[in-house]
Amino acid sequence: MKSRSDAPRLELRGIRKVYPSVVANDGIDLAVMPGEIHAVLGENGAGKSTLMKIAYGVVKPDAGEIRWEGAPVTIASPLGARQLGIGMVFQHFSLFETLTVTENIALAVAGSRDLAALAKRIDEVSQRYGLPLDPRRLVHSLSVGERQRVEIVRCLLQQPNLLIMDEPTSVLTPQAVPKLFGTLRQLAADGCSILYVSHKLDEIKALCHSATVLRAGKVTGRCVPAQETARSMARMMIGKDLPVCEHAAAPAGSDERLAIRGLSRKSEDPFGTDLVDIHLSVHGGEIVGIAGVSGNGQRELLATLSGEAPLTESAPIVLMGAAAGKHAPRPRRKLGFAYVPEERLGRGAVPMMSLADNALLTAHARGMVRWGLVRSDRVQAFALECIEKFDVKAAGAESEARRLSGGNLQKFIVGREVLQRPCVLVAAQPTWGVDVGAAAFIRQELIELRNAGAAVLVISEELDELFEICDRIAVLAKGRLSPARATRDTNVEEIGMWMSGMWPGAEGQGAERAPAATEVGVAAHA
Amino acid sequence: MRLTLEPRLAPSARMRWLSPLVAAALTIVTGVILFSALGKNPLLAFHSFFVAPINSLNGLGELAIKASPLVLIALGLAVGFRANVWNIGAEGQLTMGAIVAGGIAIHYDGSGALLLPAMILAGALGGMAWAAIPAVLRTRFNANEILVSLMLTYVAQLVLSYLVHDPWRDPQGFNFPQSPLFPDTALYPILLEGTRLNAGALIPLLAVAAAWVFMRKSFLGYEMRVAGEAEEAARYAGFSATRAIWVGMLAGGAAAGLAGVGEIAGPLGQLLPTVSPGYGFAAIIVAFVGRLHPIGILCAGLLLALLYLGGDAAQIAINLPAAVSGLFQGVLLFYLLGADVLVNYRVRVVREDPHQRRAAAA
Repeated sequence: MKSRSDAPRLELRGIRKVYPSVVANDGIDLAVMPGEIHAVLGENGAGKSTLMKIAYGVVKPDAGEIRWEGAPVTIASPLGARQLGIGMVFQHFSLFETLTVTENIALAVAGSRDLAALAKRIDEVSQRYGLPLDPRRLVHSLSVGERQRVEIVRCLLQQPNLLIMDEPTSVLTPQAVPKLFGTLRQLAADGCSILYVSHKLDEIKALCHSATVLRAGKVTGRCVPAQETARSMARMMIGKDLPVCEHAAAPAGSDERLAIRGLSRKSEDPFGTDLVDIHLSVHGGEIVGIAGVSGNGQRELLATLSGEAPLTESAPIVLMGAAAGKHAPRPRRKLGFAYVPEERLGRGAVPMMSLADNALLTAHARGMVRWGLVRSDRVQAFALECIEKFDVKAAGAESEARRLSGGNLQKFIVGREVLQRPCVLVAAQPTWGVDVGAAAFIRQELIELRNAGAAVLVISEELDELFEICDRIAVLAKGRLSPARATRDTNVEEIGMWMSGMWPGAEGQGAERAPAATEVGVAAHA
Repeated sequence: MRLTLEPRLAPSARMRWLSPLVAAALTIVTGVILFSALGKNPLLAFHSFFVAPINSLNGLGELAIKASPLVLIALGLAVGFRANVWNIGAEGQLTMGAIVAGGIAIHYDGSGALLLPAMILAGALGGMAWAAIPAVLRTRFNANEILVSLMLTYVAQLVLSYLVHDPWRDPQGFNFPQSPLFPDTALYPILLEGTRLNAGALIPLLAVAAAWVFMRKSFLGYEMRVAGEAEEAARYAGFSATRAIWVGMLAGGAAAGLAGVGEIAGPLGQLLPTVSPGYGFAAIIVAFVGRLHPIGILCAGLLLALLYLGGDAAQIAINLPAAVSGLFQGVLLFYLLGADVLVNYRVRVVREDPHQRRAAAA
């Protein structure tokens, strides 16, 4: 069938998809023209991901019509979608953990039997688009950010006619975002259509030609982002103005509560990042942020701080004045430590357990166990308090954790840790994949905790978030930590530059930087 | 039109109770077809499977004797299984428990009152010691406890075989490979005159209560459940994986060892080359049919014991081939485990949507 130039590349008409619990898509119309970058804007849970999965053949719609270049089609599977020329970068990754990057990509790219040649192409594409990636690494050893790079490169290798990108910038440094946008604009100029799924309004304003806004499964607006303000788009997206955190000036300096003193450690994972001579001090009443793209030592640093992988010596980690490097998680918690991990399901919470049982996971030391037996009345009361105070939308303390939306579960986990009145709280990616309302709520709670005198350390890839809530910001790059700068004395550009490992250090550090850079070069060519 | 399985929003509490009934109905249907095809009267077959074995006091006693070791071992194993500790060597731990307890019964000359308690304690310790070997190898060298515990089963059986063939053989036993008969003080007292039901059957009942408290109420039981369901969450909370392995292995070992004592101090009354007809393995099925829940395990143990007795009865009463009675037992267990899918999924009839256009992809 000959495509007519005035026909949309992809048109969705009256798409409806009902899940047992929710109407994910309700009569959605969307059309994207050849060469157009079309934003699909909406909060988490608005139905964006379902709609994109329908376009990519992962999910079958209950009703509605799909047209490709004017002709009705049934996209039965992702393979069918790829044959049409549709590529998709998922927000939640679909990679085989036990296979290498190359093998994973070979599974999706037709005719790629020659793995060595494919690895070379991967190298080329990842270099060209500024997505550093070692094709030989096993996926299970990659960080969240690196896995998303695999997804992006996998799509670009297929030279698609329509590229669907689900929140692609969350793992990029600020400097890499314009680079990606340049790539996307180039692709669009070559005639490739792009569906750009996001909730980041400034990105959409900068990049997209047109936008379709979703809320609760329905289209609530169509617009040309360049002609809108962030406020007007936010109102279409969430039905009200964007919530803003209140952030008072830092209270007067308080005691040092968490100190990292010359922490160096080899990663246990052969593909991990070694930590090199990290120094940081977090005082009561302040929020310190650690920026950086994941895979730069975040996992190793967090495991060291939380006690999941204790050190063999005590001195490098000082908690409330006590050397705690050798401590397991429970003794650290006794010292007043609390931790919100990056993965909600499976780490921060047990998916198949009730919220009450999940409250017991870390709050058990607060009078919930007597003579080895669980005092379920206290557990219940704590869980209900957490649900109420942190506005968790759940049927009750008996709801299973996996039934909650990401935002609600995260509110519960943050609530569980905050309600224990910790002296030190470490939070990793506290708002990753969380809707705008819940994200603002969580940030506000972190600020409240700091105002109450706790020391808070936030490790996040979202620079906007760090600039919004932190008193000081440091950058983790290639296993080294930059000095922490007061937020008001720095800006996104400077922190962004530091994210590539280039911060002005003492003379010694400056000299050390050169070999580090060489190492990276060697690794890239090895 | 087709049938699909659709995930339920929440596990259905109603189906949790109904699924065994669904399984029973399916078993009856299959049984009718199976027995009819063999030219047997299905009613008679069902009667000999499910009614004949237990329509006398003696039958009930036999049921309890068979069910006791199954329930006891399954409870111990379930503690580990819930924490993803896969001890499948309960048969060996049972054997080792019987060896240690039997050794005491053979060599102990003191006054009688302490003999049985000493045997019970020694049997539990013997089973635990045998289970400790895979636990050490797992925690120290990350050796797979499934393989180690299974292989140790055969070692234990060979040790027993050696003992009854040579050092512990009954001098008055006409060279049969068996130990002397134990004194009465080494045996569980009979509870019901005219049956073989003995006080050993009380231990599984106590164990059901203990397991219920451990699994549902204790913090250690909670830690083990977290370790089984989400290893990363257990590490995050600081629950020790090593301790979970030890507790899981030792619970299974102790229960199996006690079951071994129950055999030699109960129906057997001496050491024989084989002290268990495979209770240690069958208990794995009991644990899963009972959904790793203490009450469920009690029911499943009674059911499996009934199936064993019924299988024998059916062979005698209606000349059912042994293979067919095994087949029928398998069918029931298959349906019981299979019907559990209904707890988390619902069956839905899907009609093709007339609005959905079916055009070939370009």
